[in-house]
Amino acid sequence: MENNNSHSQNSLGYGIYILVWLALVTLTTVTVTVSGMDLRSLTVTVALVIASLKTYLVINIFMHLRSEGRTFKVFVLVALLFLLVSFILLFADYSFH
Amino acid sequence: MSTQEHAAAHTHRDDYGARMGMWLFLFTELILFGGMFLVYSVYRFTNQAEFHLAATELNTIIGTFNTVILLTSSLTMALSIAAIQKNNKSLSIFFQLLTILLGLFFMVNKYFEWSAKINHGLFPGSDELLAKSSGEILFYGLYYAMTGLHGLHVLVGMVLIGVMAGFTSRGSITYDNYVKLENTGLYWHLVDIIWIFLFPLFYLIT
Repeated sequence: MENNNSHSQNSLGYGIYILVWLALVTLTTVTVTVSGMDLRSLTVTVALVIASLKTYLVINIFMHLRSEGRTFKVFVLVALLFLLVSFILLFADYSFH
Repeated sequence: MSTQEHAAAHTHRDDYGARMGMWLFLFTELILFGGMFLVYSVYRFTNQAEFHLAATELNTIIGTFNTVILLTSSLTMALSIAAIQKNNKSLSIFFQLLTILLGLFFMVNKYFEWSAKINHGLFPGSDELLAKSSGEILFYGLYYAMTGLHGLHVLVGMVLIGVMAGFTSRGSITYDNYVKLENTGLYWHLVDIIWIFLFPLFYLIT
């Protein structure tokens, strides 16, 4: 039987967290800089791509999803897909009005 | 692993289930904020010029500063868990308290930011705001509702981490039993993720 009390997380060193934090701050700098440029309709796309990238890092490393079991990953994926489908359906509706 | 199995024979513990329960709760939070982001996206889509105009009033510098503060607080939260995993109790408590302090900095900045807006007469229902276009009124309504709900979550997170620091110092959170701290961390990181999206969508659309 699986031991439910073992922490699936291999205890990580401090270094990886600091690296991820550096990446997050760098991405913040990038998103602020890009927003200052005149990219028109691309602005919001770039902002959302960078925010998604930051979220990926936070979920995987800070929230330890990377070392969780498969069930957790499927759950998170389903939750995010649900949100994505909501947005797609909403905008499909709005675009054809 | 064998020592943990031994300990499990004496007390009922299910860390896996506890973490899964927390993730399920976070999904409800995702839907709560997701619904607000849906409303935001439709109104922004239908009032693009007004949203851009209204967003110029927001202070990008404070927003950026608060983003870095919250990202750093997520780092210290993760480090507090790494420290307890290495059985370094005092370092873990230090990082937990640092996380609360950073949360407090965030809220103080929010306080100054909101006060400045309110002093300029920009708050829901004010004469100054009602004189503006409907798109700008919507922008400010969403701004206060979404950053307000987010701020409430930051406050709750600070209280939770405070309780966890107490648990850690009393020895009920230890290197082989820290799922409470882990779950509090999950909550704190979710609050960080919400801000990761709020920040560009409100402060960077000018």
